[in-house]
Amino acid sequence: MSGSAGSLLHLSLLELSEALAARHVSSHEATEAALSRIAQTDGRLGAFLKVTAERARAQAAAADERAARGRRLGPLDGVPLALKDLFLTRGIETTAGSRILEGFIPPYDATVVERLEAAGAVLLGKLNMDEFAMGSSTENSAFKPCRNPWDLSRTPGGSSGGSAAAVAARQAFGALGTDTGGSIREPAAFCGVVGVKPTYGRVSRYGVVAFASSLDQVGPLARTVGDAAALLQVIAGRDDRDMTSSPRPVEDYLATLEAGAAGLTVGVAREWLAAGVDPGVAQRVEEALATYARLGARIVDVALPHTRYGIAAYYLIAPAEASSNLARYDGVRFGLRAGAEGGLRAMYGETRRRGFGPEPKRRIMLGTYALSAGYYDAYYLRAQKVRTLLRRDFDRAFERCDVIAGPVSPTVAFRLGERVDDPLQMYLADVFTVTCNLAALPGLSLPCGLHPTEKLPVGLQLIGRPFDEATLFRAARALERELGPLPAPPEISA
Amino acid sequence: MSLSVEEVRRIALLARLELSPEEERLFQGQLSAILDYVEQMKELDVSGVEPMTHALAGEAPPLREDLARPGLAPDEALANAPAREGTCFKVPRIIE
Repeated sequence: MSGSAGSLLHLSLLELSEALAARHVSSHEATEAALSRIAQTDGRLGAFLKVTAERARAQAAAADERAARGRRLGPLDGVPLALKDLFLTRGIETTAGSRILEGFIPPYDATVVERLEAAGAVLLGKLNMDEFAMGSSTENSAFKPCRNPWDLSRTPGGSSGGSAAAVAARQAFGALGTDTGGSIREPAAFCGVVGVKPTYGRVSRYGVVAFASSLDQVGPLARTVGDAAALLQVIAGRDDRDMTSSPRPVEDYLATLEAGAAGLTVGVAREWLAAGVDPGVAQRVEEALATYARLGARIVDVALPHTRYGIAAYYLIAPAEASSNLARYDGVRFGLRAGAEGGLRAMYGETRRRGFGPEPKRRIMLGTYALSAGYYDAYYLRAQKVRTLLRRDFDRAFERCDVIAGPVSPTVAFRLGERVDDPLQMYLADVFTVTCNLAALPGLSLPCGLHPTEKLPVGLQLIGRPFDEATLFRAARALERELGPLPAPPEISA
Repeated sequence: MSLSVEEVRRIALLARLELSPEEERLFQGQLSAILDYVEQMKELDVSGVEPMTHALAGEAPPLREDLARPGLAPDEALANAPAREGTCFKVPRIIE
């Protein structure tokens, strides 16, 4: 990256927004800079499944016209963003990373897409992901792998790997992802960006391809805490088309962003820093806790004894719900149809055999088994009870603290191919992230430095009380201000 | 917890998935390992614990007015159909 267009891409979303408001730069310039960055780097990175250049240029022109008339729609007006390919975009192919939806052109927009467009955002394209958001490395994309901009031999994490990689590599000023068991927070940690999984019900799921409906939640990925807050501000809130979206008013996240760490109580679950966590990851997390103490926060130990059962409960509940949600891909109404000449039964089997990759098949199998006659009580129902126990752990902990801090992942980004043959090993990477979804709480991933020897980003996870995203942003911002920004990842040669 | 190949085939049938013999063997091993892992939930005493069936416990969602509103036009709803006839999705014959 060189010249003024290159330096433009290093602005944060809110810095760009200020420059747009002051008319120091145009949305046209920002959009062209992002598009040429994508053209130069994405052949090697693989973050985008589709680039919507013409639409982006038209939206940028409209934003510049509004700016010229002094009628900017708000902080996102004219800002180039990108979307995980799980969000329905009217008239733009949406695949969920799966062959079974290849060529699917949605007839309507997801609510979050409508809200971004109403706020004037520019859509650069659709981002790579694990098929149906099932995975922790983006290696389950049916189309191509995505790589980590810090080290192209490593995965960006998943399932929102394209979202995290694009933001880290300065291809976009922010992105949306989804998080069912860590799919925003883990890739954010691996790529050194901020990722937020809001409280279940905070953001509408209407028009978001469903994976596990009691766990799925939409959230932002961005380079700074303030950027993530500005994005959530726009997409959060009640939507009549999603009956699980909450009517609670959305707080003004930027109003309390700079309130500092003094007066906050940070809970530390010692279980989360015990055996199994890479020592370099644990070191950065411990340093972050020491920084919080120095900034005037009180640090207390809390107990989350049921964390160790989280993966077991998650890998029953999520596949069970997925097996039900993915029943709709049957070759009848949309997506792939195969084997119809053999009759209806053959069409179902052949469509699903050819359309689904190994991970969705594995989870459909697991979920179908867990829900089948004779096993429901032993698996699904018991897992739902474990979920209650996990939530009680958190409720008890939040009597003593405002946020809980720990690692996002036990390791830094792992290498492509390293875990693909061992699904259980891949699942265990989610040990610190799934509990937040199971308990329906908000969680945030914040870069807290580079690993001391591997020189890859480490993510600090902050978990908050239900609907208390404002305190998460405040706590994260206090640390971000102290640590300063991560250096940019190394240059990606064309 | 070890699944037999017959059980794998029965689950695949319930899920309407056609599996190759290789996939059957692969899933037999992988699903058995995952089910072994989740067995640890059995250590927990969950008697008297209510299942968390709703992620927004205690929040009654507001209901909207039951009014007719525009939805997708038939051509929009059918635009992605693999096969259509008139305003219907066309599927293979079920009854001979």
